[in-house]
Amino acid sequence: MIKYLHTDDSKCVGCMTCTAVCSQMYFKEDNPAKSCIQVFGMGKGAFHLVACDQECRKCVMECPTQAITVAKTGVVMINKSLCVGCLACVAVCPVEAMRYYPGNKNPFKCIACGACAKKCPKEALSVREKEESEAARKPFEVAAAVAQGGDK
Amino acid sequence: MKFDAKTFQLLSEWTYERKPLSRGYNMRTLHVDVGTRKVSEKPVSEDMKKRFTGGKGFGLRLLWDATKPTTKWDSPENEIVIAMGPVCGNTNYPGSGKSLVVSLSPMTGVPIDSNVGGYFGPYLKFSGWDALELQGKAERETIVFIDGNEGAVRIYDAPADLPQDTHLLAEALTHAFAKDEKDLQSVSVVSAGRGADHSPMGLLNFSLYDKRRGACRVKQAGRGGIGLVLRNKKIRAVVARYKGVEQDSNGAADPAAVQRIGLKLHREIVVNDDKQCKMRKQGTAHLMEVMNDYDLLPTKNHKYGQDPKGPEVASWVWEKLFSLDLPDGCWFGCTLACAHAVDHFLLETGPYKGTKVIVDGPEYETAAGVGSNLYIYDPHGILEINFYCDTYGIDTISFGTMTSFLMECWELGVLNKDRTDGIDLTWGNWKGACQILHDLADGKRFGVLAGKGVKFLAEYFAKEYGADPQVMKDIALHGKGLEQSEYISKESLAQQGGYYMTNKGPQHDEAWLIFMDMVNNRIPTFENKAEALHYFPMFRTWFGLQGLCKLPWNDIEPADNAKWPEPNKVPEHVHNYIDLYTAITGEPLDWEGLILQSERVYNFQRTFNIRQGYGHRKDDKPPYRAMGPVFEDEYEARAERYDKQMKEKIGIDPAGKTVAEKVRITREYRLKQYESLLDAVFKRRGWTEDGCPTPEHLKKIGMDLPEVLEVVKGRIEGRL
Repeated sequence: MIKYLHTDDSKCVGCMTCTAVCSQMYFKEDNPAKSCIQVFGMGKGAFHLVACDQECRKCVMECPTQAITVAKTGVVMINKSLCVGCLACVAVCPVEAMRYYPGNKNPFKCIACGACAKKCPKEALSVREKEESEAARKPFEVAAAVAQGGDK
Repeated sequence: MKFDAKTFQLLSEWTYERKPLSRGYNMRTLHVDVGTRKVSEKPVSEDMKKRFTGGKGFGLRLLWDATKPTTKWDSPENEIVIAMGPVCGNTNYPGSGKSLVVSLSPMTGVPIDSNVGGYFGPYLKFSGWDALELQGKAERETIVFIDGNEGAVRIYDAPADLPQDTHLLAEALTHAFAKDEKDLQSVSVVSAGRGADHSPMGLLNFSLYDKRRGACRVKQAGRGGIGLVLRNKKIRAVVARYKGVEQDSNGAADPAAVQRIGLKLHREIVVNDDKQCKMRKQGTAHLMEVMNDYDLLPTKNHKYGQDPKGPEVASWVWEKLFSLDLPDGCWFGCTLACAHAVDHFLLETGPYKGTKVIVDGPEYETAAGVGSNLYIYDPHGILEINFYCDTYGIDTISFGTMTSFLMECWELGVLNKDRTDGIDLTWGNWKGACQILHDLADGKRFGVLAGKGVKFLAEYFAKEYGADPQVMKDIALHGKGLEQSEYISKESLAQQGGYYMTNKGPQHDEAWLIFMDMVNNRIPTFENKAEALHYFPMFRTWFGLQGLCKLPWNDIEPADNAKWPEPNKVPEHVHNYIDLYTAITGEPLDWEGLILQSERVYNFQRTFNIRQGYGHRKDDKPPYRAMGPVFEDEYEARAERYDKQMKEKIGIDPAGKTVAEKVRITREYRLKQYESLLDAVFKRRGWTEDGCPTPEHLKKIGMDLPEVLEVVKGRIEGRL
């Protein structure tokens, strides 16, 4: 199973509580540019929420140092001590949920901690679980296929 | 077999104070004399930084100071210099992990420079050094180890049972020097292989530990025989360890700008690569069918450029064999990721027959050089040669060009089984080609003779076997002693210059002008060609000054590149490089300044050639096979093209002429054209008719150092 932050755009009113909670939690300041969840105004009172779906795992495949791994909960995590800050993960993320702040060494992303969901006044955010998918399994399959193992 | 560095016999140790990098420079270089086992450091002066920039520039400067005009490749004072450059090691801009290796070449007698990936260079740089000089000759088999975290350089005795071939040696030493399993990626090994003990085609392998594969990969400083120099010094390996690479390990003046510029190119690659060169899936092997289609893919010793069998080694064949969806960059952050590999490859010949190995590649040059050029269209054969070349430490380009020469000699009857110790060298026999390699590694039989390279072989076959000396000269594809790399240059006069008017020998890293010249006819006049043969060699030299890879410059292009003036220069990417240089060094730069940085080093290298007794006009001439059809059947195979040219360009009606006459007329014309090109290029480069930089030109570009002026004046006044 994969734990992830579920977003419901239809409920969002753009109050920015989630970005404040997130950036306070991880960067000790209220700054939407440092929030793992992003709120995009679409006009006419509509909003679009973006956070990692934990499922596509293109960043896991792309990371040259294997600093990006999948936790037991299915959440994609960045190990800062291994990260070399190349930002390849930022480039391959199809929804730009992998974030970076100029001048900071490491990228950052949503780890489905649920802090924002707890404070969302409109219940637009919730931590949920979903089934594994073909895409989610791919990094493991690729790694298994090339492991030299007993062949050496 | 497991090894632990703690059990190695320590011969000497030298410690140093670690200092953080500032703006891409350490401002000091490391000198190791393996003969006396003395280690020392040298400061980098502001003047050296200004004039030589870094990378290859630093390498050549240090090599010049370390050697004399009489120094040969095997003199103790000859060095192997590994230098990085200020941009090298940043993790954001694709292709930023290159080391430049410089030495007096066993093949040419002049400095060779080779651009190589792998983790060694960046680790050496983060360990505190802008360059490493390896000098002297060891008495015993030696390992040099630089621990960048501890600030120590240690020289060890290589254990007697340590394997020699790279795929085993790199693995053994990576495990021996890593602190634990998690530390494996912090170690990089430079080594050669058994073949390099016996051949001037010997190369250096630079390792990178691939975590997903759980094994070492290698990239090659391939050209010019630096592996033989390493082995002549009895250095078994040079190892660097550095743990803790970060986004700003390079000490950039503006780290956020480095991120921004790098991310821009990452995104461009992710979006455009599948539509352009498919480097992420096929690497440089994407070129195979393109070259075959344009009659440019070397076939049978560059006799032809095309064959109906071409598609059997096309990119899609390799794509199926490569393991895909891996971050196959040779340094962190290279999303162009062209360093593909074939996993679990079962070897069919040689000492490792029956084992499964990783084959690094093939890259285009290898697939062409040991594939189509040998008329080998069996991917397995190409991979087997690729693997053994790498592990024995043999350059696939020189090996391919040399073996194709041998196969043509076989076809011409110059060689037979009595002369090859029983090896059948019929076109396409990959097992015969492999046997040469195995013999070369063993230091026995025909392989040792073959490994001396085509310049030697052409003279030897003429002298010993009575082969026609002119034919031998015509079909031995080398310049200055270095084998030509793998593009057909016959139909592009500019590319003949691109290959042979080079400082180190015919290697296309200075200029690749075939499409511009032959296909698109953008540089029709001698002046146009000379301009291209000034601009591109200077521009491409710059990658070597910075520690950069050339591929992310034009193997990926902005989607709208074609709409800008001079799209061949990929202007937007040039501006990326200018911005990147400034973001790292804090120094302003513009396009002219970029070319000027290169021009200084390029002219210094030319002067270095002159100091060593070369660098004449005659040293810049190609063998005729690189310029036109040598044989009548070669002419007839493209008769329509050559007849048309005779009529339109030469102004002679080919009707009624024998093929022999037509071959002669074409030859005379093309040789004359090349002379005119030499005149135009030398003039544009600010050189004399003999190819010597003039003192005025050196002054203009800021390379008027007294020792440089002394050499050029000596040549101009006839003393050198």
